[in-house]
Amino acid sequence: MTERVKIAWKNVTVGFDGRKPVLNGLNLEAYEGRSLVVIGGSGTGKSVTLKTALGLIRPQKGCVEIDGKPVRPGHEDDPGVAQIGMLFQSGALFDSLPIWKNVAFRLLHAEHISEDEARTRALEALDQVDLDAHVADQRPGSLSGGMLKRAALARAIVARPKILFFDEPTTGLDPVTADVINKLIVRQVKNLGATAVSITHDMVSMHHIADDVAMVKDGQILWRGSLDGVDSCANDEVCRFVRGESSED
Amino acid sequence: MNPLRAIGAGLIALLRSAGAVALFAGQTLAALVRPPYFAGQLAQQIFKIGFLSLPVVGLTALFTGAALALNIYTGGSRFNAESFVPNIVAMGIVRELGPVIASLMLAGRVSSGIAAEIGAMRATEQIDALHTLATDPMRYLIAPRVLAGVLVLPVLVATADIIGIYGGFLVSVHTLDFNPTIYVRNTWDFLSDWDIISGLIKAAVFGFILTLMGCYHGFYAQGGAQGVGRAATNAVVAAAVLIFAANFLLTSLFV
Repeated sequence: MTERVKIAWKNVTVGFDGRKPVLNGLNLEAYEGRSLVVIGGSGTGKSVTLKTALGLIRPQKGCVEIDGKPVRPGHEDDPGVAQIGMLFQSGALFDSLPIWKNVAFRLLHAEHISEDEARTRALEALDQVDLDAHVADQRPGSLSGGMLKRAALARAIVARPKILFFDEPTTGLDPVTADVINKLIVRQVKNLGATAVSITHDMVSMHHIADDVAMVKDGQILWRGSLDGVDSCANDEVCRFVRGESSED
Repeated sequence: MNPLRAIGAGLIALLRSAGAVALFAGQTLAALVRPPYFAGQLAQQIFKIGFLSLPVVGLTALFTGAALALNIYTGGSRFNAESFVPNIVAMGIVRELGPVIASLMLAGRVSSGIAAEIGAMRATEQIDALHTLATDPMRYLIAPRVLAGVLVLPVLVATADIIGIYGGFLVSVHTLDFNPTIYVRNTWDFLSDWDIISGLIKAAVFGFILTLMGCYHGFYAQGGAQGVGRAATNAVVAAAVLIFAANFLLTSLFV
């Protein structure tokens, strides 16, 4: 690989309450401008992998680096916080705020942009994810699951981040809406020229949005390669997982 | 299980909780003094904690003052000391019952509400979302609620004091045949500035405790809907116990 490493997980170990570590010396790289999809069974450590890069979970050993600098949650010089956008599995929109204030939250509270300009940019972001302007003044509780995901995607892209994280972006959506979200993700990642890291169980989604694929098992990377290689890879376990087959005959 | 081991484990758990609460309180104080400040959030919390609590605090104070007057009259009549009803009602309300009763009512209304709200935000990843939006949850969620509690409780308690004394006045004048003018004069002349100020200091401390407990238990809520319910219950219990403990300490200091 000649691409520049944007995010690097270096020997990351995370455990909770003295139990078996969820991540056990995990090493992984996400390359600049490419879309990495992390797959794996339930409880294998995919979400924890993502949360360590976001600074939401601190590794007990090892570190996560963005642009060669360690992620330092809560510090002003944290390399991640200024350049990330995140789409949560549930959307995680704030119930108490109208959609446009949700989308413009970072602009209003972290970048201190005026309310008028923030609203204009929020409406632009909503337009980019194919949501009508009339949605802007509604509350999250009045939107459908697909619209919530789009609004959450608009919030993730509004500040033009260099890195986008997607946590199970199509979970709970019907196949048609999931396809719409997949296409929106591909479009937005391309438009922003961002590095994307997604975790998913959805193999259709993976085929849509991935450039590279990594499979996690027992807190370590079992296999890593390009999307082209995932279906034909020599690792039987990866092939079975991608085809949705159990190991039992 | 070995009883000594059980006691030791319980003690360690208690100390660990006390340490976690102290750490959280320290982080909250740090968030209060370091910008950015969220004035809109503070105004919203002052309205929710203060204005919306007025009916429950007012009604509670009214009935407490009325019942207190009846009890003091009954007890005082055994020593021919019925005339002290206005003085003892005023002192009891202003120094003790006003701050404690109002704070306990708010522990039920506000601590549980804050714990449930923040706990639900934790369960639906909204607090994680704040981190990813470059916004410190301690400054955006916790500091405005705790500051609102500290600012609003003295105002609510002052209101409760007035209404509580009025409750005693109503019963004394209409049921116990006290002269209204003498009742008001006895109340006014008996109370010192320190009686009032000490009650308001207590109120500010109780405001800190009850909002902090709501925030702490909500912030560390785990386990979905059940965890949110548990956080709300724990917040009320912890706030009530700490209010009683703090009341004893402050009363010891102020006598």
